Amino acid sequence: MSIVKSPIFEHGEVVTPRRVTTPMWLRAALYWGYQYKRTWRSSIFTSFLIPVLYLTSMGVALGSLIDKHSHGVAGVSYVSYLAPGLLAATCMQIGANDTMWPVMGAIKWMRTYLAMLAAPLDVYDVLLGHLAWVAARITIVVTIYLSVMAAFGTVHSPWGICALPAAVLVGMAFGVPMAAFSATQDKDTAFITIYRFVVIPLFLFSGTFFPISQLPHLLQYLAYATPLFHGVALCRDLTLGQVHGWVDVGHAAYLAAWVGVGYLLCRRTFAKRLVV
Amino acid sequence: MVEAHGLVKRFGDFVAVDAVDFTITKGESFGFLGPNGAGKTSTMRMISCISPVTEGTLRVLGMDPATEGAQIRARMGLVPQEDSLDLDLTVLDNLMIYGRYFDMPKKVIRQRADQLLDFAQLTERAHDRVDPLSGGMKRRLTIARALISDPDLLILDEPTTGLDPQARHLLWDRLYRLKQQGVTLVITTHYMDEAEQLCDRLVVMDKGRFAAEGSPRQLIDQHATKEVVELRFRPGEHESIALRVADLAERHEVLPDRILLYTDDGDAALAEVTAMGLAPQSTLVRRSTLEDVFLRLTGRTLVD
Ligand SMILES: Nc1ncnc2c1ncn2[C@@H]1O[C@H](COP(=O)(O)OP(=O)(O)O)[C@@H](O)[C@H]1O
Ligand SMILES: [Mg+2]
Repeated sequence: MSIVKSPIFEHGEVVTPRRVTTPMWLRAALYWGYQYKRTWRSSIFTSFLIPVLYLTSMGVALGSLIDKHSHGVAGVSYVSYLAPGLLAATCMQIGANDTMWPVMGAIKWMRTYLAMLAAPLDVYDVLLGHLAWVAARITIVVTIYLSVMAAFGTVHSPWGICALPAAVLVGMAFGVPMAAFSATQDKDTAFITIYRFVVIPLFLFSGTFFPISQLPHLLQYLAYATPLFHGVALCRDLTLGQVHGWVDVGHAAYLAAWVGVGYLLCRRTFAKRLVV
Repeated sequence: MVEAHGLVKRFGDFVAVDAVDFTITKGESFGFLGPNGAGKTSTMRMISCISPVTEGTLRVLGMDPATEGAQIRARMGLVPQEDSLDLDLTVLDNLMIYGRYFDMPKKVIRQRADQLLDFAQLTERAHDRVDPLSGGMKRRLTIARALISDPDLLILDEPTTGLDPQARHLLWDRLYRLKQQGVTLVITTHYMDEAEQLCDRLVVMDKGRFAAEGSPRQLIDQHATKEVVELRFRPGEHESIALRVADLAERHEVLPDRILLYTDDGDAALAEVTAMGLAPQSTLVRRSTLEDVFLRLTGRTLVD
């Protein structure tokens, strides 16, 4: 049978082309969805297990000691203080992780982007599709995380719902600039360095585990500059219901700025790498 | 289908494609024959609207790649030089996701995928991961994938490089069938047998330029004699012996491992070589090929 121009029949009728077209970037995002099909079970399980373990060990066990000696941190129980910090820090990790190896791999190893570019997608569709997928995956993780937090009684206000978009924003504030960087890389050595000297220190010293007022002055200023500090503060205000109006808007705006600048950089580095 | 005038591709100061002109018409199978670095891939990438044109004009399917790249690619299939399959996904999923890039409904992709798997002789492997498949299977899958959207134009960049002879012949057979069905094929290769087998018309490309253009038959008739005598002597003897036998043929070439005598009557020339008292280690009389054309035009062999 000829495989060229053979009409496609369905229930004896030639199928008409669809009228509503799928946006190009969404077609690229679908690819990452296909990839996820293979791993979603273990991925969901991990997303669930990590907050449970953290909140049980650090929050509840360590927290009961802290609460007994100093009546909690910043006026709330330690577990309630810690949980939103961990949420933001986890989002940072996923945001960075999912835009390091996957982006470089899609350029160099699997050449996934090139496959997309040979189809009708262009470089900005490829970029936007991947970032949209990263955002979607972070959303899944955050939803699970917040449910676990709620189960531990650490969400104290309906404002806590807003921690969902806020936490996704934190993830993207790291993920988008990281994608721009990854698109320039040929080896993964830089990723390991970034993990060791940026991601992990931020995790420890951005107000996740203790207020940054306990840090030396110089480090405090450094912490202010990092998106994670603002992410932690924002998520914490929201889950504790201690919303500070313009301050929190400021945190969100700062995170959004990282996303925005990161996106502009992505457009440049992706085009430079893929359109030659 | 494709029309290029003064087409140039530069990378920085380096000129990869140096002002070439060509026209590819509907239903033909057009080849770019040339050694590594000739600029074949650069040209294919411009035709497939992946790589911007540096200079000159290019029209593909009647459209301008600079502004209508997406519409052009929607009607074109590309088999890149290096496979870009997803090694973790199954054979079928690779086809499914590729069809989604073209926004085809799932059911349609599925039907088409079944036909193509059959065509590529991969039906039995449909639900296996791609990673462990052989090079030939991966290549056939890449071709099947490029056909998912039923393209008007199929571009194949070195479709059989790196495959064993059996896998190559199977692939040639599949490409031949596509040709029979009227698909316009654009093929690059550095194998002269591939070019002879598959191409109706071809250009011989070297260092970014076209050295000649025509059907395989025309090129051989124009640039080579009917027959070639290959003589192998002991290493080191070739240069001196070449001087003695040069007059026996219209033209000769000295390669590191053999002397080639171009003549219309190979047997007669060989008889004269023997009559001169020369005793080559081995001899071969054969018809001229595109390899000889390339050697004549560029002074170099296709595969070094
Ligand atoms: N992205 C690039 N940057 C710089 N030089 C390149 C690039 N791509 C190809 N080239 C050079 O252009 C020349 C032609 O390459 P190519 O088109 O791949 O040739 P072919 O496919 O015939 O082997 C080669 O010398 C190659 O090194
Ligand atoms: Mg090439």
